[in-house]
Amino acid sequence: MFDYAPAPESRSIVDIKASYGLFIGGEFVDGTGTPFKSISPSTEEVLAEVAEASAADVDLAVKAARRAYTRVWSKMSGAERSKYLYRIARIIQERSREFAVLESIDNGKPIKETRDVDVPLVAAHFFYYAGWADKLGYAGFGPDPQPLGVAGQVIPWNFPLLMLAWKIAPALACGNTVVLKPAEQTPLTALLFAEVCQQADLPPGVVNIITGAGDTGRALVAHPGVDKIAFTGSTDIGRSIAKEIAGTDKRLTLELGGKAANIVFDDAPLDQAVEGIVNGIFFNQGHVCCAGSRLLVQESVAEEVLAKLKRRMKTLRVGDPLDKNTDIGAINSAEQLAKIRELSDIGEAEGAERWSPPCDLPQHGFWFPPTIFTGVSQAHRIAREEIFGPVLSVLTFRTPKEAVEKANNTPFGLSAGIWSDKGSRILWVASQLRAGVVWSNTFNRFDPASPFGGYKESGYGREGGRHGLEPYLRNGAQR
Amino acid sequence: MTTLKATAPSPVGGAFSEATASDAALRRFLHGLPGVDQVGAEQRAAGLGTRSIKTTAKAYAIDLAIRMVDLTTLEGSDTVGKVRTLAAKAMRPDPTDATCPPTAAVCVYPDMVATAKKALAGSSVKVAAVATAFPSGRAARDIKLAETTDVVEAGADEIDMVIDRGAFLSGKYLEVFEEIVAVKEACRDAHLKVIFETGELQTYDNVRRASWLAMLAGAHFIKTSTGKVQPAATLPVTLVMLEAVRDFREATGQMVGVKPAGGIRHSKDAIKYLVMVNEIAGDDWLDPDWFRFGASTLLNDLLMQRSKLTTGAYSGPDYVTLD
Repeated sequence: MFDYAPAPESRSIVDIKASYGLFIGGEFVDGTGTPFKSISPSTEEVLAEVAEASAADVDLAVKAARRAYTRVWSKMSGAERSKYLYRIARIIQERSREFAVLESIDNGKPIKETRDVDVPLVAAHFFYYAGWADKLGYAGFGPDPQPLGVAGQVIPWNFPLLMLAWKIAPALACGNTVVLKPAEQTPLTALLFAEVCQQADLPPGVVNIITGAGDTGRALVAHPGVDKIAFTGSTDIGRSIAKEIAGTDKRLTLELGGKAANIVFDDAPLDQAVEGIVNGIFFNQGHVCCAGSRLLVQESVAEEVLAKLKRRMKTLRVGDPLDKNTDIGAINSAEQLAKIRELSDIGEAEGAERWSPPCDLPQHGFWFPPTIFTGVSQAHRIAREEIFGPVLSVLTFRTPKEAVEKANNTPFGLSAGIWSDKGSRILWVASQLRAGVVWSNTFNRFDPASPFGGYKESGYGREGGRHGLEPYLRNGAQR
Repeated sequence: MTTLKATAPSPVGGAFSEATASDAALRRFLHGLPGVDQVGAEQRAAGLGTRSIKTTAKAYAIDLAIRMVDLTTLEGSDTVGKVRTLAAKAMRPDPTDATCPPTAAVCVYPDMVATAKKALAGSSVKVAAVATAFPSGRAARDIKLAETTDVVEAGADEIDMVIDRGAFLSGKYLEVFEEIVAVKEACRDAHLKVIFETGELQTYDNVRRASWLAMLAGAHFIKTSTGKVQPAATLPVTLVMLEAVRDFREATGQMVGVKPAGGIRHSKDAIKYLVMVNEIAGDDWLDPDWFRFGASTLLNDLLMQRSKLTTGAYSGPDYVTLD
């Protein structure tokens, strides 16, 4: 037996403070709400006490952002703004290990992912949008597009730092200033990013980071001084935000839930398809809005694919997020774990067959084994509702037409995957799928140059790429 | 310790006898295998390469890797003296440490087989010989068979043959198949490793097809390269071959070994291969009977890492023997 010895990444590189304030106007200030605790999902250890921004604090942050916008940031040339963004990108690269370790501790995701995916993508996003800052006139949104003003941004706990980058980088490149609220479960890397802003000498107030839960988010969304809201999170909250700002002239982009179909045709490269299925649903413990949570596999290869998938799942290593060999880390919170358990139990009650490989889960913290459900039909709740955990529903199909119908038969439309060696089939299916991102012969691949966003209940607006500039710009002619 | 098991496949497994009945049938079978997506296969191999193997796991892996080495010299300048030195090194890789295991085999050209056999007499180390007009394979079949018979008679335990890449690339699969079957017959009790020269086959689809072709023909081992063509062994090529032996056992119950050869120089690389064997084929293959490294310089790096683990300090090239 080849037993891998523990290979833990050292925590010594991060310096977690006992308590954190709010980052407003370029400085850390005390909040006036009730402080809350951020815990490590893998051990339930309390990491730090974090300030809660009250409505008054939100007001201060928005005002700081407005001041920075009118006095400094909107007047600065694009070329100057890009220098700050490049500087931030470089500092993130320099401090990448620190960010990776801290993200892993606070979120519960494996260090392998924060090190190789999250943090490199964060830096890449800042580099990418830094390049746009002085070329906005050529982005296709009029000859002289203008910033909107102050952007209020609310992000989720699944990719805390990456979602921050997706929000802040394009906003700043376009000349907006921001007030960002990280999720209450995972505020620590956003607060470390605040230090990076200081280190980069970013003008005070251009980036403000306010921590807190739903009330803080609502206060930010409702604040009359905010010109644009960008939200990533659940469809329910997205819907309530849309209602809240209806009738105002605030702009809104929403990136919400998903129930993506990962379609495997019988001519697919099967070993790679199995990797894609695993990556699609078990990457980041399945806490991914674009996760490939519905496997649609052609009946003629279903048995073979499932056998390969099960064998592959037996090699997944679940455990300490800081161990470099861990593939699947901790579920982010007790609340999320309860939701995953509830929906899984419903799946069983509805008659689907549940399977997990044998795996020893740690005693403390929040854990759920990688799980697949077979014998799932379109009518099952586990085929329709977003579980947001390491749980895959397996369905079968007979013809490409049926695959497309089943894939589209969902209120969501964020992403989809197609596995086939036949180019013409890939192109036809992709053109039929109502999903914002369609991957072929890969899954969960991200690049700052590629737009990302949804259809239907998965939201609207695009982030990433040239398209990601539009939500932060006013066409010169619209002034 | 390193005897090849007697469970090696017979040519043309019953379930697949139809597949090898004609050139057309064989082509249909090989082209009916699932394709290999290049990007995905390379990504998977790179992903496995990030496994962090430390302390006890590293010690286990290094000793296992040493036991899996086919210590190789395949040069025009090879001499009796050189082969004897190599044999001594194979039997006792670290003369200062009796706990250091011997390698699996030494691998030499046909005319050095008798020398190697004599030098290794009484040890567990096998003699492997390249044959069939190695490395190009460009000779008439009866010459290839005569060469095989010759090395078997000289005492080779294992024969490393090359396939006819020209025939393979021009789609004459049955010709390649029949040649492997014929060489296997000439091997008698010796074990047969079939070299694909994957650097010349170019695509992973070809590697998968060649793997199945050789396994159907009764190969005991499938081997990546001669070491004379670049690229030689790579992680993704070995990945595809490990998938093939895994699937072949699932289909037929028979195990076939895998030997990456050429270009593996460092312990770190060897460990990546072992991780891949472990996670792709499974731990049944973590044995010199089923996985080998065709290498020469690798052994010294393994020895240096081994002494680093036991003493805590790096020695240096002057503290391991030249071969």
